[in-house]
Amino acid sequence: MDIGFIVEYIPLYVEAAKLTLGIGLIGIALSLIVGLLIAFIQYFKIPILRQMATGYIELSRNTPLLVQLFFLYFGLPKVGIRISSEGCAIIGLCFLGGSYMAEAFRSGMESVEKGQEESAFALGFRKSQVVRYVILPQALSVSIPALCANMIFLIKETSVFSVVALADLMYVAKDLIGLYYKTDEALLMLVIAYLIILLPISIVAAILERRIRYAGFGN
Amino acid sequence: MQDLGIRVLFLGNNFARLLQGLWITIRISLIAVALSIVFGVLLGILMTVKNPVIKAMTKIYLEFIRIMPQLVLLFLVFFGLTKSYGINLSGETSAIIVFTLWGTAEMGDLVRGALISIPKHQYESGAAIGLTKWQVYRYVIIPQILTRLVPLAINLTTRMIKTTSLVALIGVVEVLKVAQQIIEANRYTVPDSALWIYGTIFFLYFFACWPISLVAKRLEKKWKTT
Amino acid sequence: MLTIRDVRKSFQENEVLKGVSIEVEKGDVVVILGPSGSGKTTLLRSINFLERADSGTLDWEDIHLDLKHASRKDVALIRKKTAFVFQNYNLFKNKTALENVMEGLTVARKVPKKEAEKIAKEALDKVGLSERYDYYPSQLSGGQQQRVGIARAVAVNPDIILFDEPTSALDPELVGEVLNVIKTLAKEGTTMIVVTHEIKFAQEVANKVVFMDGGFVVEEGSANEIFNHPKEERTQQFLRRILPDYDYAI
Repeated sequence: MDIGFIVEYIPLYVEAAKLTLGIGLIGIALSLIVGLLIAFIQYFKIPILRQMATGYIELSRNTPLLVQLFFLYFGLPKVGIRISSEGCAIIGLCFLGGSYMAEAFRSGMESVEKGQEESAFALGFRKSQVVRYVILPQALSVSIPALCANMIFLIKETSVFSVVALADLMYVAKDLIGLYYKTDEALLMLVIAYLIILLPISIVAAILERRIRYAGFGN
Repeated sequence: MQDLGIRVLFLGNNFARLLQGLWITIRISLIAVALSIVFGVLLGILMTVKNPVIKAMTKIYLEFIRIMPQLVLLFLVFFGLTKSYGINLSGETSAIIVFTLWGTAEMGDLVRGALISIPKHQYESGAAIGLTKWQVYRYVIIPQILTRLVPLAINLTTRMIKTTSLVALIGVVEVLKVAQQIIEANRYTVPDSALWIYGTIFFLYFFACWPISLVAKRLEKKWKTT
Repeated sequence: MLTIRDVRKSFQENEVLKGVSIEVEKGDVVVILGPSGSGKTTLLRSINFLERADSGTLDWEDIHLDLKHASRKDVALIRKKTAFVFQNYNLFKNKTALENVMEGLTVARKVPKKEAEKIAKEALDKVGLSERYDYYPSQLSGGQQQRVGIARAVAVNPDIILFDEPTSALDPELVGEVLNVIKTLAKEGTTMIVVTHEIKFAQEVANKVVFMDGGFVVEEGSANEIFNHPKEERTQQFLRRILPDYDYAI
């Protein structure tokens, strides 16, 4: 194991990790927005949009991000739609993540008992008020574990970003292996980099999940 | 644009080649799923054992496999084992190893979840009506575990198929590689073939995974016990 | 004040209400009795549009509505004039007792928060929960939860309160505290329709009793008429069954 080599190339990994995380976080934020929108469309049963949402969810959940990215990055330019590497990565992650987030929100909203909704209606709430004041606050606490799991999943999925020519962690590792044959060192740093990114998130997620499961309101 | 790029699909045996490429990834997935089910059941049972050492080891295995992107695992096996230890593995073998390791972790956790979800009174009431221990398992416990597990195992298959697309990145000639070859070969005659080919692959994956997820969903609904 | 005419409602093949009419005057305490499955709860829910009736009309002072086709605006109007107390309380789980009572004021009626808080506290005091403002539903007993439910209904100052089996989900020893609160409201002149199985309570507070069976109103009249001089055979049977020592005058 060549410690000198590792130290020398740490900055490269840091840069790559920043890139991965930056794009990952933007993608996740957009996924959350898309997911919430779709959950609303399904909850309010908005015609046409609802069918489109179902179609989108099935497409997104049954195709790999890698193939989505190939289509965006190599396919679309052929019809004149040229999107930057970063753009493709963000769109791809959001296309993939939106459906997962939507399912998390939806199952949270479905878990709210019918009676909660009814008592709000009986008090004279409009449907939008029912969602805002009753359904969402209760659904969110149920959804949080799934939302966290999705976040971790999406950050892991960012590992394919190198195919759209982004210098992410995989790209750096592969480069170092190819250029210097420092396979052990390159892979070790790769694993450590992902552990540093993902371990804290998954620990926080586990704590949150436990707290939600045992807490509830007022227990 | 009269000269539609979609015709590239029908040139020679291009479409058949794409399907063959897809079959490579699906074959890897199916082998990995089959192995994962076997090892996963063993791991799941092992995880319910109360021995602290076994508990810690299985936990570390599970957490490590689940936290690492599958592509990192692929790199570890494909580059790590091959280049550092001189074990020469083909991309396909590496992929089967990695996806089995991953699938075993996922499956093991599902099996463990199913095992501990069976309430104690199920064992007791089985015993109370005079069944032997084996009969309790055979007629009471295992059917319940299966109805829980089968939809999840089917779901794992679709996840596996989607994830095996990654083998393109360690040089396995699967559908994306075939696509690149076709696009390259037709670069002058059909300049926009990339759009059609990658679009086609997108839908090939969709039509491979979608029916499987539908089945899983249907079964899950049908067997919903609680 | 409120007249419901010819309400019909089916769930799939099952016709639950087969043309039911009732009339409520200001200050009335109407008790609806009947065996389970007689359609009492569905009737109550239809008044508040928690269930959409298949046909029927609703008259409220100068408002005339078709129950099936009432617009969203009309539904909102009726819901603001009424309050509903549920069998399972249905308190908002993520809100404290006080917040539960305030919510109907601040959200649906746009009452300023300060004022809503004052009204809500008064309502909780009234049902004897001045010590429990900041408790979550899960920290309250069933009886206490139902009293919050009643406070929530009272706070919005409705013209009429609809009670749907308010004590059916309670342990027997908790029934009394809830019935006492309802009795107090009745004595103060609150207009209410109560679906219940508590015959003693009905005898005490009802000034009008409606007996339903099989989706019809079988008989209605004053408490005295129904309990002491029931005309219909089915009413007599019902009373005999739930009051074993029942002996009606002829």
